[in-house]
Amino acid sequence: MKTIKHIRIEQSSVFADGDELFSLAGEEYAVFARAVYKSLEIDYPKFYKMSNMCKLGFLASEYLLKDMNIKEKFVDRSRVAIVLACKASSLQADIEYSKTMGEIPSPALFVYTLANIVTGEIAIRHGIKGEELMLVQQEYDKEQLSDYVSTLIDEGNTDFCITGMVDYDENHRYFADVCLLGR
Amino acid sequence: MSIDLREKLKGELIEQLNLEDISPADIDSSAALFGDGLGLDSIDALEIIVLLEKEYGIKISDPSAGKEAMASIDSLAAFIEKNRK
Repeated sequence: MKTIKHIRIEQSSVFADGDELFSLAGEEYAVFARAVYKSLEIDYPKFYKMSNMCKLGFLASEYLLKDMNIKEKFVDRSRVAIVLACKASSLQADIEYSKTMGEIPSPALFVYTLANIVTGEIAIRHGIKGEELMLVQQEYDKEQLSDYVSTLIDEGNTDFCITGMVDYDENHRYFADVCLLGR
Repeated sequence: MSIDLREKLKGELIEQLNLEDISPADIDSSAALFGDGLGLDSIDALEIIVLLEKEYGIKISDPSAGKEAMASIDSLAAFIEKNRK
């Protein structure tokens, strides 16, 4: 199992394999996320509807798969897995949704009140049809993730895996640390 | 039909459905809202139903009437003018 690419997003900065790719120091998350999206020059309006956590996972995966012809690389996208972890789950989206419950609850916010929608949105965006898993961990446990992904790959049904941590908490602290792994 | 209502609706849809990068001028009142038009999806349809109830006091009880009403800005405005309380 080898690491093909590593992306980290935290404190208004994006790093690829340790090198800073993008930074907007001091900006709040909404401004930062929008700027990152714009910098990627992609046309995916659904991005604007996503929860903050989902946007984070989406942006990290876009950087991860950027400059890679995914349709060529992932010849069989049923052999590509997404195995992520988070700590705060969808708590921030849950709080936003709960604010609408006094009147008519928002369906658009409701759909983001599950953490595993992050893996779903990434899968939809890239046509990935392999295993999807979102773990809620007390602390970022890379070893647990690595063991799981190793097992997946060893079982022979997975060629590539997007894995790591995507977390956005109720205090608007965020952190993404994701890798693309291959055989 | 009120032009103001159509323009108001465009603004409300942009706001409610998070249609960033789109301005009211980009929305053709007669163009389809779903599918090839604005590319809205089923969750957007639910949000429009919420918008109709919150802003105009209109509850859609007949799904086929709702589908017809949400075809375009023109049809939505006509539906509101006919049914608003």
